[in-house]
Amino acid sequence: MFNLTTFRELVIAALWTGLLAGLLLTAVQQIQVIPTLLQAEVYEENAAAAVVANAEISHEHHEWQPENGWERTIFTAVANISLGVGFALLIGAVMCLRGRPGHWRTGLLWGLAGYLTFFVAPSLGLPPEVPGTEAAKLADRQSWWLITVLDTGFGLSLLAFALTKTNKFFGAVLLAAPHLIGAPQPEVPGSAAPAELAQSFITATVFANAVFWLAIGGLMGQFYKKES
Amino acid sequence: MPSTPVLLDNAQTQARSEVLKDKILPAMLAGILGLSLLYAAGFAEAAQVHNAAHDGRHSASFPCH
Repeated sequence: MFNLTTFRELVIAALWTGLLAGLLLTAVQQIQVIPTLLQAEVYEENAAAAVVANAEISHEHHEWQPENGWERTIFTAVANISLGVGFALLIGAVMCLRGRPGHWRTGLLWGLAGYLTFFVAPSLGLPPEVPGTEAAKLADRQSWWLITVLDTGFGLSLLAFALTKTNKFFGAVLLAAPHLIGAPQPEVPGSAAPAELAQSFITATVFANAVFWLAIGGLMGQFYKKES
Repeated sequence: MPSTPVLLDNAQTQARSEVLKDKILPAMLAGILGLSLLYAAGFAEAAQVHNAAHDGRHSASFPCH
């Protein structure tokens, strides 16, 4: 039917890569991402409490959420590992099509491409947000995010691999297109948290995701290397 | 010499089916698996999944809430 060995090698490489990169990301997040997020949550809760007090509605309806502390960190680690394995499988799929890397350093380039596609490009229009920030409708933002990711991925591969100048130019146009159209914005922008906190969160995620993606690329390059 | 083109044709077809088996199908399957995981961790709407993956989604800059 199809080459099961190739598939198995790819999946095993992706599982190890996702596990290690996810754990690394969880550690890096503790430096600035999580502390900033928790601080912003206090502002969000205060703002929400004020609203509830004013309107005198108190029908508390809370869905389950992990307790702050270890429980929350463990669930975040699981989410990070799942994202890591998911991204590693995508990178592995592309490596399988384009030719398996000969060295982990080649993997770093794939990681960089993933970082640009899945983090940098969508973040230019929809910057990483702390909880309590006003935003446009979720469905609109998700659509823009998805279109931008697909478009950037396709644009980057044209820019890198197309043989003619016209196609490379077309790749560059694709990279710019979602930003010329613009991301959906809220009708009234605003945030419960102060602007410095929002800025600190952006800086923190730019760094954390760079580490995450370079780890995914480098590890996938190592674990999914061509056999010599 | 009709046999040469036929031989070439066969070789080409075989090479093509090998590319399909060795590269395209495993890559597609891995891609689908990866996208399902990303959907579950990054986009699934169920409140429990959202709350569990909340910090990971914010950190990855996925549209959240």
